[in-house]
Amino acid sequence: MELTVDLRVDLADFSLEVRQAFASTGITALFGPSGGGKSTLLRAIAGFERRAAGRIVFGEEEWLGPDRFVPTHRRGVGFVFQDARLFPHLSARGNLDYAWKRAAKAEAGFFFDDVVGMLDLAPLFSRRAGQLSGGERQRVAIGRTLLSRPRLLLMDEPLASLDTKRKSEILPYVARLPAAFGIPIIYVTHALEEVTQLADRIVALEAGRAVAAGGVAETLARLDLPGVQGRFEAGAVLAGRVAGQDAALQLTLVDLGGMSIEVPGIGLSPGAEVRLRVRARDVSLALDRPQGLSIRNMLDGRIVAMAPEADTAYAEVLIETAGQQLRARITRAAVQDLQLREGQPVVALVKSVAFDRQALPRAPADGGD
Amino acid sequence: MADMEIPDLGPLWLTIRLAAVTTVVLLVLGTPLAWWLAHTRSRMKSIIEAVTALPLVLPPTVLGFYLLVLFSPNSTLGGLWLSATGSTLTFTFTGLIVASAIYSLPFMVQPLQGAFEAVGRGPLEAAASLRAGPLDAFLTVATPLALRGYITAIVLTFAHTIGEFGVVLMVGGNIPGRTKVVSIQIYEHVETIDYASAHVLAAILLVFSFSVLMAVYTLNRRFPVHAG
Repeated sequence: MELTVDLRVDLADFSLEVRQAFASTGITALFGPSGGGKSTLLRAIAGFERRAAGRIVFGEEEWLGPDRFVPTHRRGVGFVFQDARLFPHLSARGNLDYAWKRAAKAEAGFFFDDVVGMLDLAPLFSRRAGQLSGGERQRVAIGRTLLSRPRLLLMDEPLASLDTKRKSEILPYVARLPAAFGIPIIYVTHALEEVTQLADRIVALEAGRAVAAGGVAETLARLDLPGVQGRFEAGAVLAGRVAGQDAALQLTLVDLGGMSIEVPGIGLSPGAEVRLRVRARDVSLALDRPQGLSIRNMLDGRIVAMAPEADTAYAEVLIETAGQQLRARITRAAVQDLQLREGQPVVALVKSVAFDRQALPRAPADGGD
Repeated sequence: MADMEIPDLGPLWLTIRLAAVTTVVLLVLGTPLAWWLAHTRSRMKSIIEAVTALPLVLPPTVLGFYLLVLFSPNSTLGGLWLSATGSTLTFTFTGLIVASAIYSLPFMVQPLQGAFEAVGRGPLEAAASLRAGPLDAFLTVATPLALRGYITAIVLTFAHTIGEFGVVLMVGGNIPGRTKVVSIQIYEHVETIDYASAHVLAAILLVFSFSVLMAVYTLNRRFPVHAG
């Protein structure tokens, strides 16, 4: 069921105005800088934001309209909070039961044990919220929300309060949710790693407006949205398959479709799909394949767009390689010296070290799905 | 003191009944009021909060005096009550309950309001997102999380009603078996220089109050429940 919103929320120091349709499958990342209105939009969809005006329609149901406000408990939405919000007077099991007792059992789907199994919750049953680690707490919270059998799952920066290690433990669980339970997810985050690893689509929010919407790779490749990713973190996403491992040198070879790239070893079996985020500032450009260089990833491509920044020393360059798009952030001086222009063939150089190991995709905890 | 007479314990029993009924009445009325105060963004909030807190600062005789005037069969409220029930509010046990409920209102509402505020909207939003309706969420999430607040409120209300004097004297007078509560009885014993009887009743009140408070604090320590 598709969700369409046409919303206006006026807060004291901020106003949100968004008109957007959300797909009924997979994970849509609501992405953008802090203070852009992502959480406000998500809370309005959930029915937590009483000051929201406009219209929200889910399938055939109008949740918000001129004379209509459907309260949260009748919307059938699940909400995973950044701070988990487990009920402290109940055990982990008690929290799960709370949701399961109130779930809409008539709707076809999964059972208590499916959720518990997938999230490995059984060992945590007897513990109270205060006795769980941050990551465990969030896993129970996700399980609890699933057990209420929502028709739409809203996640508000569920990993933001976790350290990098815990994050990468939970990411695979979240990634499997849409396929395992068939629930569409709207996922708020300002972390590009999460967008890269999880999302099927992006809706980018900046200063209370939806400035872009579309596929992850195509949206992140856009050079006209400097505010969305931030210049420092901006980068493109390459999709590929694991082609092989070099155990001795601890490297994984990823096939991008005709071309390949080496990244630090990731524990995935050959054939597994991976997405790699390559920051623009980690990409250098050369006119020919250089010799005697430590950089091992050399991708032949062609410049498809350039965006020099008048206010900085840099220019953003979009390169097409292996049918995909890569961004490079180089100096404007380099653009001049190399006489770069659109359509020109170039070689994109990416250091393997540029791939942050913690941000690379991983096999799920149980070894695959 | 060995040959001391046992004084009339009727007023003690009346006092306990009054405190118990007042506590129940306030629990029913005070919970929604405290809930509203904890969650409203209305501009009326400060006014209602001030009115609720008035009995804390007003001398009991002042409060009692106004209630006496208000309850009098010649007043609108007193007259309506008389024609509706056939009895007056002044100098009756029912009148005492109404007066005590007003007098002890802040002792019920303030701890509850504080507890509900400490619970906050977070757990309630979580409950709503798990398909719990407002009443469901109140009973299964807010109430258990506010349990300490409830215990404090109940004990303070009960104890405060036990100890009231001025309001009761003004509104209820001193009618044995109907409005003569233990604090008035003690006062009477002192007035008639019957210190022995005053001692016994005073000691009973002291021991009772101390035991109740001890029980509450012990109970509070045992409960592992914290809001938030």
